[in-house]
Amino acid sequence: MFDIFGYHFMQNALLAGLLASVACGIIGAYVVSKKIVFISGGIAHASFGGIGLGYFLGISPVLGATGFGLLSAIAMGLTTRKTKLPEDTVIGILWAAGMALGAIFIGLTPGYTTDLFSYLFGNILTVPDSELLLILILDVVILGVVALLYKEFLAISFDEEYSTVIGMPTEKIYLTMLCLIALTIVVMIRVVGIILVIALLTIPASLARQFTHDMKKMMALSVLFSIIFTFTGLMLSYWLDLASGATIIITGVVIFALVIAIRKLITSRGLPSKKM
Amino acid sequence: MAKEKEIVKFKGVWAYYNHQPALQDINLSIYERDFLGIIGPNGGGKTTLLKIMLCLLKPRRGTVTVLGKDPCESRSQIGYVPQKSYFDRNFPIDVWQVTLMGLYQQTGLFRRYSLKDKKKAEEALERVSMLQYRNRQIGELSGGQQKRVFIARALASDPKLLLLDEPMESVDPKVQGELYSLLKELQQEMAIVLVSHDVTAISIYVDKIACLNQTLVYHGTKEISDEVLEGTYQCPIHLIAHGTVPHRVLKEHE
Repeated sequence: MFDIFGYHFMQNALLAGLLASVACGIIGAYVVSKKIVFISGGIAHASFGGIGLGYFLGISPVLGATGFGLLSAIAMGLTTRKTKLPEDTVIGILWAAGMALGAIFIGLTPGYTTDLFSYLFGNILTVPDSELLLILILDVVILGVVALLYKEFLAISFDEEYSTVIGMPTEKIYLTMLCLIALTIVVMIRVVGIILVIALLTIPASLARQFTHDMKKMMALSVLFSIIFTFTGLMLSYWLDLASGATIIITGVVIFALVIAIRKLITSRGLPSKKM
Repeated sequence: MAKEKEIVKFKGVWAYYNHQPALQDINLSIYERDFLGIIGPNGGGKTTLLKIMLCLLKPRRGTVTVLGKDPCESRSQIGYVPQKSYFDRNFPIDVWQVTLMGLYQQTGLFRRYSLKDKKKAEEALERVSMLQYRNRQIGELSGGQQKRVFIARALASDPKLLLLDEPMESVDPKVQGELYSLLKELQQEMAIVLVSHDVTAISIYVDKIACLNQTLVYHGTKEISDEVLEGTYQCPIHLIAHGTVPHRVLKEHE
């Protein structure tokens, strides 16, 4: 039954899932706590423009998504802060603009774009070695920046106004956070694809929040949950012959719903709910 | 008696908000160990005044110094307790992490909190009697306890000036009394400025009162209601005060 782990593609898939879980668990904790789920969804979808550009220019679509993701993160961050437009309007516009650009670039690209679907919905079984290296590098960058800016990220997530008062460059720190979200999305593209990425940024972190009120523990638990979802989903998709990305997400949703329901049941029966 | 050190000085300060004057020709001196209450209607410029002291806003005209320097250079010596906490009560952070935030100026960007910082945060929590709650999530505490933690956060950096924006809002009278006696203790070491639109929130603990409605009318030390004051603007004053905290009532400006 475990012969499948002998296959190179499966080892790569597990390794990609593990590395992606580290990034999305940690960054997801910020996305959920700071309530920037919508802007994260916007960045994810807008980076589709980069996928299209990658095809069009004949470079790696993942590389295109990296550039486009970072660019749209900064664009959304600046536009929502510097203009008086409502934040959700700006996000909605840039979200669609990125996708539209992606569609145009792909239309302009001669020939058939074979693995387009895998960028949208993920295909963890086809991770080449070169991309594992890219994911590893991005993981290191994300972890490094979070380690450097841990207290700043915590402060602006908790109370941005106070952070400004005590002299923090809150806007730059916020933009840095959005850029890390963009990088995390790139890391997740192979695993669940840009359409589904938002679920892996929110479900593990939100589940972790149910068990702790400490940001560091929340990150650790969130990484753990993300690994559980990815591995379980991957196995299920392999045995049941289902799309891997979608199976990972549905696994997460089902576990999340079960935990919430059980906790609700426990608290409504008057039993004390445990907090770490 | 030696002259008390001047902590804040406003000289002929004008500020605008959306082309409307928010502050007109403000002159104000705050000294060491002052406990000043600034009252005035909403939109009267209280927040603008605070923002100038906190280096978030530059006055259009006039000069402001905090501890003899530009407010931006004295930022590390100003403690600030924000108005109603806009934070998410569900946010995953404990009392300890909130308090450490007050040490950002001392610690600096990218750096980790040092042992000395942690010692300071511990002392600050001790002073507001909240040390035993250090591991509690901030949202689980009562309004008064949260206020204490935010005061501790402001105290952690050993400020010479403590600014509080509407500190008694949504705090019940008993807790108000406790918070005032805490502030009274702190007054031995720093100047305290408290702003509020609610005149009933200014208790007898406050030594000096100023009314702000674009222009500032300073009531000075131990002012009593029948004193005749100069100034063209009037502060709307409630003449009835409830609660266990003793209040003073000011006559309208003539």
